[in-house]
Amino acid sequence: MSNVLVLVDHAAGKVRKTTAELLTIARRLGEPVAVFVGEGVQDALPALGQYGATKVIALSNPELSQFLVAPKAEALQQVAAKVEPSAILISSNAEGKEIAARLAVKLDSGLITDAVDVQAGDSAGPVTTQSVFAGNYTVKSKVTHGTPIITVKPNAATPEAAETSPEVEEFDVSISDAAKTARITESKPREATGRPELTEAAIIVSGGRGTGGDFGPVEAFADSLGAAVGASRAAVDSGWYPHAYQVGQTGKTVSPQLYVAAGISGAIQHRAGMQTSKTIVAVNKDPEAPIFELVDFGVVGDLHKVLPTATEEVTKRKA
Amino acid sequence: MKIVVCAKFVPDATADRRFRSEDNTVDRAGVDGLLSELDEYAVETALTVKESGDGEVTILTVGPEQAADAVKKGLQMGADAGVHVVDDAIHGSDAVATSLILSKALAKLDADLVVFGMGSTDGGMGVVPAMVSERLGLPAVTLGSEVTVDGQTVRIRRDGDTASETIEGTLPLVLSVSDQANEPRYPSFKGIMAAKKKPVETWSLADLELTADQVGGSSAWTEVVEVTARPPRSAGTIVTDEDGSGAAELVEFLSTNKFL
Ligand SMILES: Cc1cc2nc3c(=O)[nH]c(=O)nc-3n(C[C@H](O)[C@H](O)[C@H](O)COP(=O)(O)OP(=O)(O)OC[C@H]3O[C@@H](n4cnc5c(N)ncnc54)[C@H](O)[C@@H]3O)c2cc1C
Ligand SMILES: Cc1cc2nc3c(=O)[nH]c(=O)nc-3n(C[C@H](O)[C@H](O)[C@H](O)COP(=O)(O)OP(=O)(O)OC[C@H]3O[C@@H](n4cnc5c(N)ncnc54)[C@H](O)[C@@H]3O)c2cc1C
Repeated sequence: MSNVLVLVDHAAGKVRKTTAELLTIARRLGEPVAVFVGEGVQDALPALGQYGATKVIALSNPELSQFLVAPKAEALQQVAAKVEPSAILISSNAEGKEIAARLAVKLDSGLITDAVDVQAGDSAGPVTTQSVFAGNYTVKSKVTHGTPIITVKPNAATPEAAETSPEVEEFDVSISDAAKTARITESKPREATGRPELTEAAIIVSGGRGTGGDFGPVEAFADSLGAAVGASRAAVDSGWYPHAYQVGQTGKTVSPQLYVAAGISGAIQHRAGMQTSKTIVAVNKDPEAPIFELVDFGVVGDLHKVLPTATEEVTKRKA
Repeated sequence: MKIVVCAKFVPDATADRRFRSEDNTVDRAGVDGLLSELDEYAVETALTVKESGDGEVTILTVGPEQAADAVKKGLQMGADAGVHVVDDAIHGSDAVATSLILSKALAKLDADLVVFGMGSTDGGMGVVPAMVSERLGLPAVTLGSEVTVDGQTVRIRRDGDTASETIEGTLPLVLSVSDQANEPRYPSFKGIMAAKKKPVETWSLADLELTADQVGGSSAWTEVVEVTARPPRSAGTIVTDEDGSGAAELVEFLSTNKFL
């Protein structure tokens, strides 16, 4: 069977859920080989083995984390030259997409971004599914030249365990000076909220301009459901919620089991980020709001009244 | 300083965007096109850099005949010159091919600072800046939410998922800016009149020493095999809140659907 490279997405060895999804997808295409960049490979090993990595290639050159994405792309190119994979899977976040972009140029290969599904297809290689034009179309594509490089969105697959005990192979990469020209001079970590990660959450409660700036009811309802909190651009632009939580074309694309939009009108750019959610619920005081065209369940009403009452009821039922 | 803004011509996002059934490419007939809104932030950044020092701003677009409108919009906002790369053979190009064309044009323009938007509003891959940086061997500082140019140093703040970072590089370089970077200006009446006299060059593939077999749909390295319109969502239940009834029905819905 051919090797399929998976670039591990992790924070100091703590493997993100997206990596389990990538490994699950990789098993459909061949034998998953995980590429781990940075510190903490031993901490990551159990999770990588649980989802079927047959081998873990560890790259610990410190320059890989100091200089943004260009060195990581160089490293992957060197790994690919050795492993000769039939496909390369990378998480579809800002960094992953840039690594993939550079790799596509280096390897003379086609690139597909933001896949929401990847299947083995016939002998011509993997077939990807993308959701495009604000989620109004579904497109199936494949790479026809070189090594298919595919960036995959969170929730594209349900992680399925397939226990292996992969060995770790340290791999020495050489980083050119040309790749060390853009540097990170300062980094302020974001404060942890204790809530699930927006792109990974099963439930999201988002607030918009209709909150009038008070996200209290949105956060409380989210917490009662164990949900992540999102925001519309109007709320972010007003300074009510940080940009990292914006859902939509210029924020995050999310696809949870349940999306609750409170005080959000449902503009096309917002839909672009949430239209593929399994179940959609809205609370809006305007019965004509376009968001109601999307919903499975809608409440016409004031969110400042509906959400607190609902929060109380949910808490009572869960107790 | 020679500043070049790469700006894409896209179908209007608020119109009914479709695909052509013959070759699964974007149907541009009957849908108005415009300068990708997210590239307006790039134009604004370029103009601000120019105004705070010296420099000349050129708008570069690769696209069909009508894409001249995107160049024009940039000129109306205040850019000095435009370059439109247009050639029938470009139709259907993928990101790898588009980045090749842009790189050749940027090399020919001998740009010091290349400014991109964060992603187009149609393809929206957000990969072209990194590809161009790779091809030209220039540093890239991307997704800036705040940009300062200080002599030869370009510094940005990037608000990432886990941290807010300061990133810098030295000119010549590739920069991309987010929609948090600034508030793009509207073309003034004066700007609209002045744009009519600004120089716009039209280049073909031959002008860039490229051949038709290096770009376009036939040599694209990705192929669309199937396009389906998303089925409309089935109409949901809508209730009107009266004295707490809305909350009760909402919780009942969540419970029935096993979200509690
Ligand atoms: C290039 C571009 C990119 C964009 N990217 C994004 C993006 O990524 N994400 C995004 O969200 N937007 C994006 N936008 C902006 C988008 O077009 C809308 O302006 C934005 O989504 C509106 O946010 P909103 O729904 O919160 O506000 P509004 O449209 O003002 O809607 C507020 C809603 O709240 C309701 N309301 C008011 N008071 C109450 C109350 N007390 N109780 C209940 N309901 C109430 C109102 O009836 C109304 O429907 C983008 C725009 C452009 C041009
Ligand atoms: C719905 C859809 C899905 C697609 N999926 C894929 C895919 O998976 N793989 C693939 O290879 N191609 C794909 N394409 C084709 C791809 O969009 C085009 O090749 C495009 O030229 C480059 O990608 P982008 O528009 O996503 O650019 P992005 O990478 O999002 O653009 C970033 C920035 O680059 C600049 N830029 C981009 N294009 C131009 C241009 N023509 N002229 C000037 N500046 C420009 C702008 O500053 C822009 O803000 C897709 C197209 C569509 C419409």
